[in-house]
Amino acid sequence: MKQIITIICLVFGVLLQAQQTPAAPQTEQVAIFGATAHIGNGEVIENCTIIFNDGKITAIGADLMAPTIGTMINAQGKHVYPGFIAPSKSLGLVEVDAVRASNDQDELGEMIPNIRSIVAYNAESKVVESMRPNGILLAQVTPKGGRISGTSTIVQFDAWNWEDAAVKWDDGIHLNWPSLFRKGSSWLGEPNAFLPNKNYQEQVDEVLTFVQNAKAYGAGISQELNLPFAAMQGLFNGSQRLFIHANGEKEIMDAVTSAQKAGIPHMVVVGGYRAHKITDFLKQHNIPVLVSEPHALPQFDDDDYDFPYKLPKLLVEAGLLVGLQNESMSNFQTRNLPFYAGHVAGQGLDKEKALQLITGNTAKILGIDGDYGTLEVGKSATLFISEGDALDMRTNQLTKAFIDGRDISLETHQTELWKRYMGKYESEGK
Amino acid sequence: MKLLALTFLLGGAFLMAQDYFPKNDGVKTKNNNYMAFTNAKIYVSPTQIIQNGTLLIQDGKVVQVGKSVTIPKNAIVEDLQGKFIYPSFIDVFSDYGMAKPENADGSGRSSQYNPNRDGFYWNDHIMPENSAIGSFTYDKKKAEELRKAGFGVVNSHIQDGIARGTGVLVALNDSGSEAQRILSDKSAQYFSFEKSITSRQSYPTSIMGATALMRQLYYDLDWYNKGNIKTTDRSLEALEENKSLNQIFAAGGNGNILRADKIGDLFGIQYTILAGGDEYERIADVKATNARLIVPLNFPDAYDVSNPYEAQYVALKDMRHWNLAPTNPKVLEDNGVQFSFTLHELKSPSDLKSKLMKAITYGLSKTKALEALTTVPASILGKSAEIGSLQPGSQANFLITSGDIFDEATSLYENWVQGNKNIIQSKDQKDVRGEYTLATNGQNYTVSITGDANKPKVELKKGTEKVPSKLEYTTDWLNVSFSENGTESYRFAGKIISGSDDISGKMILPNGTETTATLTKTDPFKETAKTSDDKKPQLMAVTYPNVSYGYKTKPQQESILFKNATVWTGNSILENTDVLVKNGKIAKVGKDLRAGGATTVDATGKHLTAGIIDEHSHIAALSINEAGHNSSAEVRMKDAIDPKDMDIYRNLAGGVTTIQLLHGSANPIGGRSAILRLKWGENADGLVFPGSPKFIKFALGENVKQSNWGSYSRFPQTRMGVEQVYTDYFQRAKEYDAKKKSGLPVRHDEEMEVLAEILNSERFISCHSYVQSEINMMMKVAEKFGFQMNTFTHILEGYKVADKMAEHGVGGSTFSDWWAYKFEVNDAIPYNAAIMASQGVTVAINSDDAEMSRRLNQEAGKTVKYGGMSELEAWKTVTLNPAKLLHLDDRVGSVEEGKDADLVLWSDHPLSVYAKAEKTLIEGAVYFDLEKDKTIRQSVQQERNQLINMMLNEKEKGGKTQTPVQNKKERFECETL
Repeated sequence: MKQIITIICLVFGVLLQAQQTPAAPQTEQVAIFGATAHIGNGEVIENCTIIFNDGKITAIGADLMAPTIGTMINAQGKHVYPGFIAPSKSLGLVEVDAVRASNDQDELGEMIPNIRSIVAYNAESKVVESMRPNGILLAQVTPKGGRISGTSTIVQFDAWNWEDAAVKWDDGIHLNWPSLFRKGSSWLGEPNAFLPNKNYQEQVDEVLTFVQNAKAYGAGISQELNLPFAAMQGLFNGSQRLFIHANGEKEIMDAVTSAQKAGIPHMVVVGGYRAHKITDFLKQHNIPVLVSEPHALPQFDDDDYDFPYKLPKLLVEAGLLVGLQNESMSNFQTRNLPFYAGHVAGQGLDKEKALQLITGNTAKILGIDGDYGTLEVGKSATLFISEGDALDMRTNQLTKAFIDGRDISLETHQTELWKRYMGKYESEGK
Repeated sequence: MKLLALTFLLGGAFLMAQDYFPKNDGVKTKNNNYMAFTNAKIYVSPTQIIQNGTLLIQDGKVVQVGKSVTIPKNAIVEDLQGKFIYPSFIDVFSDYGMAKPENADGSGRSSQYNPNRDGFYWNDHIMPENSAIGSFTYDKKKAEELRKAGFGVVNSHIQDGIARGTGVLVALNDSGSEAQRILSDKSAQYFSFEKSITSRQSYPTSIMGATALMRQLYYDLDWYNKGNIKTTDRSLEALEENKSLNQIFAAGGNGNILRADKIGDLFGIQYTILAGGDEYERIADVKATNARLIVPLNFPDAYDVSNPYEAQYVALKDMRHWNLAPTNPKVLEDNGVQFSFTLHELKSPSDLKSKLMKAITYGLSKTKALEALTTVPASILGKSAEIGSLQPGSQANFLITSGDIFDEATSLYENWVQGNKNIIQSKDQKDVRGEYTLATNGQNYTVSITGDANKPKVELKKGTEKVPSKLEYTTDWLNVSFSENGTESYRFAGKIISGSDDISGKMILPNGTETTATLTKTDPFKETAKTSDDKKPQLMAVTYPNVSYGYKTKPQQESILFKNATVWTGNSILENTDVLVKNGKIAKVGKDLRAGGATTVDATGKHLTAGIIDEHSHIAALSINEAGHNSSAEVRMKDAIDPKDMDIYRNLAGGVTTIQLLHGSANPIGGRSAILRLKWGENADGLVFPGSPKFIKFALGENVKQSNWGSYSRFPQTRMGVEQVYTDYFQRAKEYDAKKKSGLPVRHDEEMEVLAEILNSERFISCHSYVQSEINMMMKVAEKFGFQMNTFTHILEGYKVADKMAEHGVGGSTFSDWWAYKFEVNDAIPYNAAIMASQGVTVAINSDDAEMSRRLNQEAGKTVKYGGMSELEAWKTVTLNPAKLLHLDDRVGSVEEGKDADLVLWSDHPLSVYAKAEKTLIEGAVYFDLEKDKTIRQSVQQERNQLINMMLNEKEKGGKTQTPVQNKKERFECETL
């Protein structure tokens, strides 16, 4: 063991501080056999064989004939999952939270849909890299701040540059809906508490005026270019989704009805702390929810201690299309995405349904379900093998991961430091 | 113009005239006449009441009071048949007449560490030399407002700073001179926990800092008094001089009464304490202080909960306080606490009466209410012989009322101050209310006069048609005006004549013609029956603590037998094992144990472990950082414990039983820790782990350098400077300790005392640390001064120097997987715990976060993923290892016979993401129970609903309301300033 580590160190020593080299395109067929396959749509296939070629899954099932060509991976006793998807994160836009120079997530301005995350996405971010050993292979890279923060793009996590990374360009526009309550301002001598936001309606009107103007702009012909208005057009023609970041009942209902009235066909609620109170409304309007991570404290003293734990379950049980996000947390926390799903399962939601919250459902909500989110024939071979249950921290132990069929590295800056220092101690006989 | 000025001068001189003052504007006169008030019901004091008595006064003083008072010939007699006389009220906590302290200029980015003043105490917030008389101006307008509310005397002080100096006792006597009005120009000495707004000096920034500063102040006074300080300190001089006065501490609510009282106990001072209005929540604690209280009547208005989306923001605890706050005076009375009332925290003195009446409706006796306004404040000020009652010799400060002063219908007629009459309402004014007819200019009108007898309203009708009209009623003259068709004005002025109910006078018609007219009374006034409000208010139960999820009765020790569990002991995982809990201890661990009277819990398929111990927590605190100095060893987290923090309950629901409440990381030498057991329902002292060893927080790196918030004026700004801070402080502590041990006198310095404890290995350090250089440095400093580092907390680069740590013998308490949040955690890796453990370091996983702390079992589970720790070792990182680091492993941390029964029953494998804590025990008492939690949730919702309905009711009845607010607790982590 000591020798192996020494060798690893010798080999990887030179690479320290650099990022993992993106894997080459898939050149030969890969077959994983004997695995427990978690499809991502609620199904599990025991003793499953998964075959993929040219980056696409070509066959999957329990009763497949073993192929005679390509790489064979024995995954008996192991588990295979579709790559997990992290929505609404500024991954690759911030490297170190407290270092302003490394922060590119929040541009000046209130209504700036023309701001595009993808052009600033750092494909070599060490934080992004650290997602992969936990099974998170895709993310919606999202700008933050302001009223309309900008336009997100969905990326995969093994790329030389942002053009390589993008899998769905400019998928959605992010709107931070005004809140009914706001924090008292000590500057104005207000109490250190949350008070009714007297400007709520005014702020809502500002959003609506902007949206209406953007629509009118799009309907007109030959005028001067207005970048923000131009950036909104995908919302009206249905090619982009509107991500409404809101938590209160009234806020969500106001947002959904006014966006529909403005002629925006696809929208998603992000947050949804009180969404369980209006599930009928959301179903009626066919609105999916990207609910906040369960690893949060209740927002109100009187709430059940486990309310954030069970909220995703409540929404699923009410029949909504639900995914999980942790937009309010530091980017590095996103590697805990599988454990959020696991925690929801701990509240009594079926484990495969909990898995959907970070795979199949999220893919549908983001509109990438044609390629990602489930293990199905014709979809991208973006998947990984884990020693055990990937939703539990003890057994989330990845042995292999593939993005579009490419065999990606599971090493990181962190694993290298681990091996380097363990190697040091072992070489010193400690 | 000159003449006018001269008149003022003369006028002024007249006001100030005293016996021995020369007089040049006339002859010297003196009024030696008496005033006798007869046939009144006289409250000589709240408990001495004379029916049909006589009060005799002369020269501003009470001469005699009683049933058979001989009235001198040169007395003016006033018959007060049917009326009441009370001593007027006293407020001991007023800022009447004080110039408003002005905010310090400037707001530079960097904090100010030095004082503005010279020749005074080193801290600008200590101003015992301040004297209220120096900034006092008699304010006639405010005096009138106060007299209208019934006050005759107030004790005023500059309400600013921690040590605030002395008060001034003023009679609200407009016609007296300053020489008469000022009853005392040094009436009490005042303190508070709040800094002065007049100085930007940073220290103290926290409640524990303010507490420590008060303690050090008294130590320094002692040292000064013994002549050890060669220079003059005018603050200490003043503090000493004011010692003989009553000491009043403006503490307020939220446990501050106890904080203030403890300071007093240490130095043999019994403060009189300004309360917060929430004393009913923990009345036994308040009573135990033996302090007299000054109690505000700050009953909150109901929240306006008519908008359901807004209503949900209001917490149950705030609604409950609305419901229960008016019981506070009654609860104080029932428990024999002596208290006075104050106008402090009321919007206006005119609110006093309604608040008093509310307190009485909620059970306060009228006698106590009166005492709290008269005799008790007089006694607090040491002036019982002069004010607060109407004993002979007292000041003639009294009220004349129409009846019982606490009845709604009662009018306050006169407020006499120092023998001078102030009319609030005429007591002789006739009640003119009733139905009248008026005939004028060929028209007939009906006139109904209603409302308040002293300020009546009018409604004038022609037939059934209402005519716009107005009424004025002053000293026997009644004016009514009205206008027809918007333009034709009629004006009537009539004089009230005794013996007739009709009112005759002059009418001026729209064309200017003057005629006579008469309001002819047809019917007497009929009071419209008020909706009965006397119903006893419905009261919610107080819980421990008094917030949602508080317990109605505190959990008690139980005998419990856990049957057939998977038991995690310190060194093994035992299947199908029983654990017997008795007398708060783990009595037995084994197979097939007998219950012997204990309640049996079937734990088949479940796991039983020791309670989780969080080595690094900031829950249950009101403040975390004393950031005002680069060393704050003098502060104690014990002084900032918040037993009402909901996160205590939530931690219990995550299986946490013990935490180290650490000071933050704002400075290299932080404050002393408090190790707490999460006994939800106990008070601050009851949460402290009894006999727990002494700890202190140190911190290194970016936070103590203030790297991330543009502050450039405090040393140190580099890691090089950090080392020098320690070297300097420990060297000084060493010298201090040596001097003390040699028997030489030393200035008792709390900071040095604490640092000397470290040098003497009596206190352990938990040191916030990140990068390897600083970790190494800290160990070298410790080694140089001959002590051992106990714990590095965070220690994210501990893996780089794990061998050195093992050699030094220091433990590591780390995050499972945090990184990338600041520059110094670039190399933080989740394998840290496993690597340190591999080198023999005792490793704990901690939270530093109120959310993460309630699922530390999962965080421990991550050490299996990252670095492959065994499950048993992984579990120890949140139980036995932190117990070892806290030197409590003989008491807690594992399931072993003889240890305290701090236990958690888990639904599943405790390291798994699927596990839920079902029961959490501390010393054999169940502090969290999943089943019980379900019923509490329901009762929380029910009580919310009940209170919301009560508030809606209150609004419908026309009661005052306030906008909904969500009083969200601030959550702390290391960096919270």
